[in-house]
Amino acid sequence: MSAPAIEHSPEAHGHAAGHGHAAGHGHGSGFSHPMPIWMLLSVFFALLALTVLTVYQSTLDIGDMEIWLSLTIATVKAGLVIAFFMHLLWDKPLNAIIILSSLVFVALFLGFTMMDAQGYRENLIMNPTLEDSQPVVMDVATSK
Amino acid sequence: MTTAAAPADHLDDVHHHEHPSWLAHHFDDAEQQFDAGKLGMWLFLVTEVLFFSGMFCAYALYRNRNPEVFEFCSSFLNEKLGAINTGVLLFSSLTMAWAVRASQLRETKTLVGMLAATLGCAAIFLGVKAVEYSHKWGLGLFPGKFYQSQLPGAHHSDVNYLFYLSIPAAVMLVFFVLYYVYGIVSANKFHLRVAGPLVVAALCYFAGVGLGTVLEAEHDEAASSHADHSHDEHSDHSQGDHSQGDHSQPAVPAVPTVSLVSVDSGPLHDVVTTPAEAATPDSTVNQRGMAGLFFSIYYCMTGVHAVHILGGMLVIAWLIIKAARLEFHSEYFGPVDNVGLYWHLVDFIWIYLFPLLYLIT
Repeated sequence: MSAPAIEHSPEAHGHAAGHGHAAGHGHGSGFSHPMPIWMLLSVFFALLALTVLTVYQSTLDIGDMEIWLSLTIATVKAGLVIAFFMHLLWDKPLNAIIILSSLVFVALFLGFTMMDAQGYRENLIMNPTLEDSQPVVMDVATSK
Repeated sequence: MTTAAAPADHLDDVHHHEHPSWLAHHFDDAEQQFDAGKLGMWLFLVTEVLFFSGMFCAYALYRNRNPEVFEFCSSFLNEKLGAINTGVLLFSSLTMAWAVRASQLRETKTLVGMLAATLGCAAIFLGVKAVEYSHKWGLGLFPGKFYQSQLPGAHHSDVNYLFYLSIPAAVMLVFFVLYYVYGIVSANKFHLRVAGPLVVAALCYFAGVGLGTVLEAEHDEAASSHADHSHDEHSDHSQGDHSQGDHSQPAVPAVPTVSLVSVDSGPLHDVVTTPAEAATPDSTVNQRGMAGLFFSIYYCMTGVHAVHILGGMLVIAWLIIKAARLEFHSEYFGPVDNVGLYWHLVDFIWIYLFPLLYLIT
C-alpha cells in the first residue's frame, strides 16, 4: 500500500500501526508510529494521579524523607512523559542514549557541587562594604 | 517497503523535480530527513536539560544550606495554583502527543484542534502565572535586594501589576479577533482555521487570569484569617525605600524591642534592623539576603520556564499555520513531532519545579 494514501481510513491505519511497534518499523505507514489513543489517555491519567499523590504526600509529616519521596514521584512522572509522550520507547536507541547520558552529566554536576555545599556562607551579602568584614557590634538603630 | 518512491510519485505533480516539496533536496528519503531532524531535536533537548540543571544546582545548594528559608518562603506560593498549572501542562502534553498522532494519520481537523488545545492550555498556564507573579510583586516579594521584608499589617503596593502584565495578551486578542473578522469577510477558510485557535488561546489567557484571581483571593483570605491577631500598627511608612540599605529607619510608632536582636547572626550587612522586622518571628529569614535569594531562584526558574512556554506557543502557532495548509502526512510530520518533544520537555521541567517550589512544608 502506498504510504501517504490520502483517503485511507484512520481506524484501519491506527490499528495497523498499533501492532507495528511490536513487529518493528516499516509496517503499514513507513516510519511513522501513531500512538494508540488508549495509551495516551492512560498515561495522562497516571500522571494526574501521581500529581494528586505528590500533593497529598506534601501534607504528611515525614521529615527529611519528604524531599526524596517527592523527587521519586516526580521522576516517575518524568519517566512516563519521556517514555510514552516523547515515545522514546519506540525511538532509535541512539536518541535514548543521548538523552539519558545528559541525565548522567546532570547527576555528576549536582553531585560534585553538593560535595562542598557546607563551605558556603549562610547569607548573601548585599552591597558589601568595609564594615562587612568586621563583626557587627554597633547598635544599628541609633546610628542615623 | 521502500518509503521514498511512493510518496514522490503521488505528490510530485506540482513540483517538477525528483523530490516532493516537503523533502529537502539533500536528503535521500523521508525517513532520513525525519531521523536527522529528530536527532538534532534530541541534542537540543540535552542542552536544555543541562541549562536548567544549572538553576536546579543553585536551588539544591541554597536549600541544602538554608532549609528554613524555603519553609518560610514557600508559604507565599499558592499550592493550589501550582497544582492546577501542573494539571493544565499535563493536559497540554496529552493534546500535543495526540496532535503528533493526528499528523501521522493525516487527520487534519483533529490535528488543528489538538494544537489549538495545546496553545490554549499554554495560555491558561501563563494567565495563572501572571496572577501569581503580580500577587507576589504587590506584596513586595521581589528577587534579591529588592525583596521587602514581610511585616504583619504592612502596606502593600497599589500598583496593578496584573493589568500591565496582561496588556500584551489584550493587544494580541484584539489583533487575533480582527484577523478572524478578516477571515470571515474574505470567506477564506485557511485564515479562519488559523485565526480561530489564536482567538481561543488569547481568551484562554484571560480565563487563566480569572481562575488564578479567584483562587489567589481564597488563599489570601485563609492567610489573613490566620494572621488577624497581629498588632495593628497602622503602617503608612514606605517599605519600598531600600536603596540606602536597611539602616534607614522608617518611622514605626512605638515598638518596644529596639534593634540588636539579630546581631548574633554574624558579620552580616543586612541584619534585621527595623524594630518592626525584629519583632516578627522569622526575623533572620525574612530579609533580603535570605528570602530575597529564594525569590531570585524562584523567579529565575519559573521565569525561564515561562519564557520556554512562550517560545513553545510561537512554534505551535507556526504548526497550526502549516497544519491549516494540510502540509502534514505520514511521511512528513517531523515538525509536529519535534515541537512535541520540546513541549514535553517543558512539561518535564515543570514536573520537577512544582514539588520543589510549591510543596515545601
